[in-house]
Amino acid sequence: MKHKYPQIKPMGDRAILIEFQPEINEKSLNKLLSFKEIIEKELIEDKVEVINTYHSLLIVYVSTIENIYDKVFALKELVSKANIGKNINSQIFHIPVCYDEEFGLDLELISMENNLKIPDIIQLHTTPIYTVYFTGFLPGFLYLGGLDEKLQISRKSSPRMKVEKGAVGIGEKQTGIYPKTSPGGWQIIGNSPMTFFDKNRNPPCIISSGDKVKFYSVSKSQYFQISEEIKVNNFQLKREKYHG
Amino acid sequence: MGKIEVLHPGLYSSLQDLGRHNFLKYGVPQSGVMDSYAAKKANLILSNSEAAPVLEITQLGPKLKFSEPTQLAICGAYLNPKINESVVRNNRIISLEKGDVLSFGKRVIGCRAYIAIVGGFISKKVLGSYSWYNGITKFEMLKKGSTIKYSSAERSLHSLNATVKVKDEYLNENVIQVFPGPEYELLSSFQKKVLMESAFHIDINNNRMAIQIKEPLDNDLDPVITGPVLPGTLQLTPSGKLIVLMRDCQTTGGYPRVLQLSENGINTIAQKVIGDQILFKLIEIK
Repeated sequence: MKHKYPQIKPMGDRAILIEFQPEINEKSLNKLLSFKEIIEKELIEDKVEVINTYHSLLIVYVSTIENIYDKVFALKELVSKANIGKNINSQIFHIPVCYDEEFGLDLELISMENNLKIPDIIQLHTTPIYTVYFTGFLPGFLYLGGLDEKLQISRKSSPRMKVEKGAVGIGEKQTGIYPKTSPGGWQIIGNSPMTFFDKNRNPPCIISSGDKVKFYSVSKSQYFQISEEIKVNNFQLKREKYHG
Repeated sequence: MGKIEVLHPGLYSSLQDLGRHNFLKYGVPQSGVMDSYAAKKANLILSNSEAAPVLEITQLGPKLKFSEPTQLAICGAYLNPKINESVVRNNRIISLEKGDVLSFGKRVIGCRAYIAIVGGFISKKVLGSYSWYNGITKFEMLKKGSTIKYSSAERSLHSLNATVKVKDEYLNENVIQVFPGPEYELLSSFQKKVLMESAFHIDINNNRMAIQIKEPLDNDLDPVITGPVLPGTLQLTPSGKLIVLMRDCQTTGGYPRVLQLSENGINTIAQKVIGDQILFKLIEIK
């Protein structure tokens, strides 16, 4: 079945879905985020929330939409005429991770399965600049792209009942951080002392779609020191403007 | 200020409003009342704002003691409400005296009832909403011995004022209104026929996050790239399980989204209990 993209159609009576070519790459993400900005500006009166995933935008209304096809038609016009810019304002965040065996519960397993020494796993995980595609699954859970192929490993056949807050894991082609203690099936390689979701903060997340993440390795003592600094609000998270 | 003492929490009781908006981008579920029709009516009867928080109760109602005189309205499921020993009715203004106890008996119809109170429950808004959700608000559900505060301002409504018409027929309705979902067209004509023409039943696993359907649908679809989902999205898992996402659902998902329930469809299915029969019916968008 051949489709013409983008496809713009209602998703029920409270939302409109815009789907682009189903692919996962940064170019598509940037295009998506440019359209997102344009749509948010255009629909500011409608009090909508626009969210993105890898190749979709979803426009969510607070209540059911009157004349949904008028809205869909207007969006088609807007999207076809939109002059999308190339520049996405994004930041790069440097995230401390402790890869000590106390946290890296599955380091040895990956070492055996993927035939890598543990220091190589850490090296391969801290080298890439990861792209934040979107937040989903749990509040503050970042979908990161850019994992080195050598680190890809299947999920646990039976998920752990409890994965600690801050746990850094690998599942297939993805890597990510558990923002809170929860059940989970990813292979765990370390833990970050950072808080990725704080309901008392506005916005509750500091990292969002289009941003970049780079991990750096810290020792156990540095890990606990950073935890303490975070507790008393004295930790300087390294972040800077990202120029692609 | 009035205080409600929870003598018995019921099966699952929580404060909810019309949901949490503008935080989906951070992965925060919308939450909010499962049946928005009944919740809005309960507030309307008391001349509250329709967005005022209400107490959502599930099948087995709680037992609550009120410290100050007030007025309530109960809408949605009919769970045999009583004030002390006297039976009271849904969809009416109910006046309470100091120390009165509201309790519930045997479920007659529906799954969830909504208790609204004059002047509203007093609670803390978190991320723009009163809706309780684990990890976002302090409480997730009522517990024995917990208390809820309410405004006890002098405000006496007459039952004669209640001209709000409540249509409860939907509690008996088994037709669930749906739209095609983003992956509907990937289904074979046989799968579509089975989905749209068979009777399905509510499975044992159903809660504020999702309602599972008992009968599977043979599935040979490829997985899809993770995309946005909403309350009312009907997902088809690799094993053929049909899952209707409800108000507390995640914001993204990787299963084909075959149908999308209308707001009315969500409200209708929110009132179903294990074993109830449902039929999906495609509706045209006006």
